[in-house]
Amino acid sequence: MTINHIRKSLLGAALSCIAFVSIGSNVSAAPHVDKDGFIQYWTILEPISVNGLNKSAVRAAVEREYFPAQLSVLPKDGDKVTIAGNEHIWHAASTDQYNINLYFFSEAYKKPTSNVLFWCVTIIDCPQEMKNVRLAIGSNAASVWWVNGQEVIGIYNDRQTVIDDGVSKRITLKKGRNIIRGAVINAGGATDFCARILDANDQPLKTFTVQVPAK
Amino acid sequence: MVKIHNAPAVNYRGAKQLSLVLGVMALGSMAAQHAFALEGAIEIHDPSTLAECDGKYYTYGTGGTALVSEDGWVWSRSQTPSRRGMAPDIIKLGDRYFQYVSANVGGQPRAEINLITNKTLDPESPDFEWVEEGLIASSDGEEFCNAIDPGLFLDPTDGRLWMVYGSYFGFIRLVELDPKTGQRVDPNGKPYEIAINCEASIMIYHDSWYYLLATHGSCCQGANSGYNIRVGRSKKVTGPFIDHVGIDMLQGGGKLFMGSGGRIVGPGHFGLIDLGDGVQRFSCHYEADLDRGGASVIDILPLQWDDGWPVAGENFKEGTYRIESVRTGTALELAVEGSPVGGGRRRGGGGGMFGGSGGVIPDQQASDVSANWPEGEVDVGMANYMCQAQQKWTFTPVADAGGYFGSPFFKITVAGTDRTLAVGPDAELVALPAFTGAPEQLWQVDQLDDGTWRIMPKAIPGTNERMALSGIGGSFATLSKYDPDSVKHRWLLKTP
Repeated sequence: MTINHIRKSLLGAALSCIAFVSIGSNVSAAPHVDKDGFIQYWTILEPISVNGLNKSAVRAAVEREYFPAQLSVLPKDGDKVTIAGNEHIWHAASTDQYNINLYFFSEAYKKPTSNVLFWCVTIIDCPQEMKNVRLAIGSNAASVWWVNGQEVIGIYNDRQTVIDDGVSKRITLKKGRNIIRGAVINAGGATDFCARILDANDQPLKTFTVQVPAK
Repeated sequence: MVKIHNAPAVNYRGAKQLSLVLGVMALGSMAAQHAFALEGAIEIHDPSTLAECDGKYYTYGTGGTALVSEDGWVWSRSQTPSRRGMAPDIIKLGDRYFQYVSANVGGQPRAEINLITNKTLDPESPDFEWVEEGLIASSDGEEFCNAIDPGLFLDPTDGRLWMVYGSYFGFIRLVELDPKTGQRVDPNGKPYEIAINCEASIMIYHDSWYYLLATHGSCCQGANSGYNIRVGRSKKVTGPFIDHVGIDMLQGGGKLFMGSGGRIVGPGHFGLIDLGDGVQRFSCHYEADLDRGGASVIDILPLQWDDGWPVAGENFKEGTYRIESVRTGTALELAVEGSPVGGGRRRGGGGGMFGGSGGVIPDQQASDVSANWPEGEVDVGMANYMCQAQQKWTFTPVADAGGYFGSPFFKITVAGTDRTLAVGPDAELVALPAFTGAPEQLWQVDQLDDGTWRIMPKAIPGTNERMALSGIGGSFATLSKYDPDSVKHRWLLKTP
């Protein structure tokens, strides 16, 4: 099943600007980075119920442990965790747009879209060490982000996804595998995110590949 | 490299006025009263275009006044050149400085402009020696010209060197000089006549236009001096120079560039200062600085451009502002949790959903909301401006910390607090609990050609590279090498 089907059935073909998202076994092949450097492949956990978008509420939400190793796990499509007695499944998801539409993702699995937290993980493979680069994200709504386990971005309150809204301080990406992890919290309505890496001159970096974890 | 272009000189209308000018220039001890005029010994009349020599900036004025500065902010006296006269102008060509000095011979309008050269402007240098190079232009007292107030112009399009000169009596003339020798290309040739009955003329080039700036009105009468700077433009260096309503400067035309205002009267003697990267300033003098007892002083101001015309900007003024990114539209803030102005309010209260709470909601002060702000160093971010205390920044000039062209360095603090904007590790922004005076806490605020602002720290720990505040994300600002073509380095400083 793809989000494309959901989009057409729910909103009609006129909303062609809405991001397509392919999920589960339909994720697209590499390279998973578009012409502007946006990362188009993620593994996303079915949403967790939370409440509040201001800084203190978001901090409390992301600092709570929902499942073991939640800041280090590398989930594969179909992996499951149990949170408050409920089973949540990780799903591979890709997009042919700059962003991942979490609203359609959630609708596809008949999950709520309001007052929810989405955990999102991707792995990028760098051909060499990259210094003075930055993670740059946009999210609807609040979100917190980690690179290789280090928190690098937190943006709070209700907001639309704007490209390069949240930008990290200068970081170094290792040669080889680097883990990018996000927690996106939505209160109501549309929800999505986008993410890319900027080089030392604030230009999109595209010289890395996105790994798809083996099942 | 600072490119200093060449400007004009003024003239007086007789011996009485000269005495008056020299008299007011003696009032140097009043300079300390000023927060936003240049510091130090800045009394001068008819200052030349600034000339850079070994990292210092020099200007020369009427009566042999010579000033020097290491940063463009604090000025002191330098050595009077070998030839003193009226309204000199100076330009560096090759490895020499060419100073053109005018003087009346007998009574006006009989006058001469002579050239002196030097390998250095530093009187302490063993190479310091002014050399007389002879007469360059003159007026015989009969012709309709008063050969004073030279202004040099090196045409960036072809490298040809020109000198304009003249004053309130008759034509402003233009002659071509040899850029190797500083002498007239054709000593017997007829000068071009490009304006009339004005003074302190100088030419600059911008975006395919030649601009002739000249000073109208009278000088040398303190606060009764009507000096004001006017401008016309031409597609050719030889004119005609036409103003914004189509009047030729040969017929008295000229668009107002800068007049009196505030606490200053009688600006004159434009001199271009090109700081590179699209940042331009200009020097001028005021006939009367009312805060200095009406003394004539030099000043340096931003030069902006609007629809093809130069506009005199204003140096940044202390106060409390929101710092809004032109790129993102979001505002710099202390990265703390904000509180709504007036406190949280649920819809459907006593006044209904849109009825408000009644009464006046006062401005939010830091003291109202800062109890939960973290102690110590705090990150700096950006956010949609919501009139909240952590989004208001106070700019305060710092005494005895030096400055730059036209302005002192500022400290920038969250309004009502000591929390200080600074550069932290890895050239990222941080708010410190208090200002200590360290160079990474001092900020240079330059107005750019479109009226927006560039904000730069005096220094960045661990590097000699100069960087500017950069709004690269809607929620994030950093420091990076200034790019004049990017809006990320352009900021609006608005009333909070």
